[in-house]
Amino acid sequence: MGWFIVKRLTSLIPILLGISLITFILLHLIPGDPAVAYLRISHIPPTDEAVAALRVELGLNKPLYIQYLDWLGKVLQLDLGMSYVSKNAVWDEILLHLFPTIQLTCASLIFIVVISLPIGMISAIYKGKFVDQFSRIVAFVSVSMPSFWFGFLLIYLLSVKLDLFPVLGRGTLAHLVLPSLTLAFGYIGTYMRLLRASMLENLNEPFVMYAKARGLRQRLIVSRHVLKKSLLPVITGLGMSLGNMLGGAVIVETIFAWPGMGQLFVTSILNQDYPMIQGCVLFMSVIFVVCNLLVDIMYSFLDPRIRWEGEK
Amino acid sequence: MGRREIRVLRDVKRKLLSHKLMMISSMIILFMMVLALFAPFFAPNDPNLIDITQKLQGPSSQFPLGTDHLGRCILSRLIYGTQISLGTAFLVMGLTMMISIPLGIYAGFRGGKVDYFFMRLCDTLMAFPSFLLSLALIGVLGTSLSNLIFAMVLVQWVFYARVIRGMVLSVKKQNFVLAAKICGTPRLIIVIKHILPTIISQVIVLVFMDIGGVILSISGLSFLGLGIQPPDAEWGMMINDSKPFFRNNPSLMLYPGMMIFIVVIAFNLFGEALRDALDLKKE
Repeated sequence: MGWFIVKRLTSLIPILLGISLITFILLHLIPGDPAVAYLRISHIPPTDEAVAALRVELGLNKPLYIQYLDWLGKVLQLDLGMSYVSKNAVWDEILLHLFPTIQLTCASLIFIVVISLPIGMISAIYKGKFVDQFSRIVAFVSVSMPSFWFGFLLIYLLSVKLDLFPVLGRGTLAHLVLPSLTLAFGYIGTYMRLLRASMLENLNEPFVMYAKARGLRQRLIVSRHVLKKSLLPVITGLGMSLGNMLGGAVIVETIFAWPGMGQLFVTSILNQDYPMIQGCVLFMSVIFVVCNLLVDIMYSFLDPRIRWEGEK
Repeated sequence: MGRREIRVLRDVKRKLLSHKLMMISSMIILFMMVLALFAPFFAPNDPNLIDITQKLQGPSSQFPLGTDHLGRCILSRLIYGTQISLGTAFLVMGLTMMISIPLGIYAGFRGGKVDYFFMRLCDTLMAFPSFLLSLALIGVLGTSLSNLIFAMVLVQWVFYARVIRGMVLSVKKQNFVLAAKICGTPRLIIVIKHILPTIISQVIVLVFMDIGGVILSISGLSFLGLGIQPPDAEWGMMINDSKPFFRNNPSLMLYPGMMIFIVVIAFNLFGEALRDALDLKKE
């Protein structure tokens, strides 16, 4: 087990280096001189002297690889630079906006699990019946629905017409319902069908026949044997979705004025606040990678076969 | 009727149903394409003509679906929006394929160091959540339609190239490719005459299954104000424009969302039906 984790952790290093390299290059794709861009955003006239002085200050006069190493060194000390707009440290701003996004993502995860898993399970057991047909339609609708439209529909029906939930902002638990449901909706269909498919596959396995031969009740076979094995791909999928949900959160947070990282990111893009853009991408990608790592490790706890293979 | 007959009948019904879905979805797609191609012919008004005196009007004979907050004809904007949504999505997919197919085949066919380097590049690019990376690229390059296309292609080609590489790896080991190799057929000819025709149907299915997602991403980016710039009409942007007004004028956000939804679901159904149909052929 320990060996598996060590192996997986070492495979993380090149990926993280790759991420840092791409994020670093990203900033050098800016059309024109970053120093001029900085001055323009700060409303300082970009005279030759000012640009030259800033180039020295930002280290832009050094060769590219030294700039990268300098930058990487700073990043490792959690110094992601300073926002062009608010003049605060990027790291502090990110931390400030991190919690609302985590809250939103966790609430969505709960929605996904609570809604999609029971329906997925039932539609596998009653294959071809009403529930199964219904879940097929829901799955199509959920992957085809633009999340921003779904969010507006929820606001219009549940907040404006029926006055059940507050519309915008963050505060009470009721504020959390609509945004997290909006974020979750696109994934509900996917996981419903994923669990159904994986259960249908496992229902034909020899171990089910063996359990039947032992005279176990159908309900016991499904809940104890089939479901347990069928949840594995769902868990992997959810871990990967967690990272994509950060991307989805960008749109959802914009609709509901949710003060999270997604909003920080969009605002920084619209303001051309380059260090902030860079910091957000780096931070969210690292979260994404770490999520995948945790899922892998969890997976090896749940499925001993992977553990053994890792030790071979 | 015995059990067997019932089962056969059900099977036929299922096939017909999937054909029906295919018919409906392909008709919707065709209709949208015609709408996009002949937008000036179908649109009753100029989609970008601003007339503040006519703002937020209900349906009338001049404006069949009413007007938006600047007095522009909603129906005309919806029709012209088809051009941008479909056109951009096809362009993004086309450009992606122009990168992914050659690179995927090259990496899969050559193997060795080329393949190793290719896979590491894929791992790194796929370590980013893809929507965020497109956002960041647009943020750095500036907001415009061409940058949106560039950013999306740059982010998503990896996924397809990797899948295509996998397809090539499995085809490469098959006997007819080995036979061609033994005959001394040049590599390029093997790729063009043997490998490409074998994988191309799978690639087409892949494209049609994913194009709905591409349309969603494009309208999502435009919704955030990062894609198509005003005054051009785009459905996602129209929904964003409706934000301050939709409480009293829900139709402003209802119609464009409906358009996106219908187009995307049509492409998704079509993709699925296509995959099923091709699977049947294999059997």
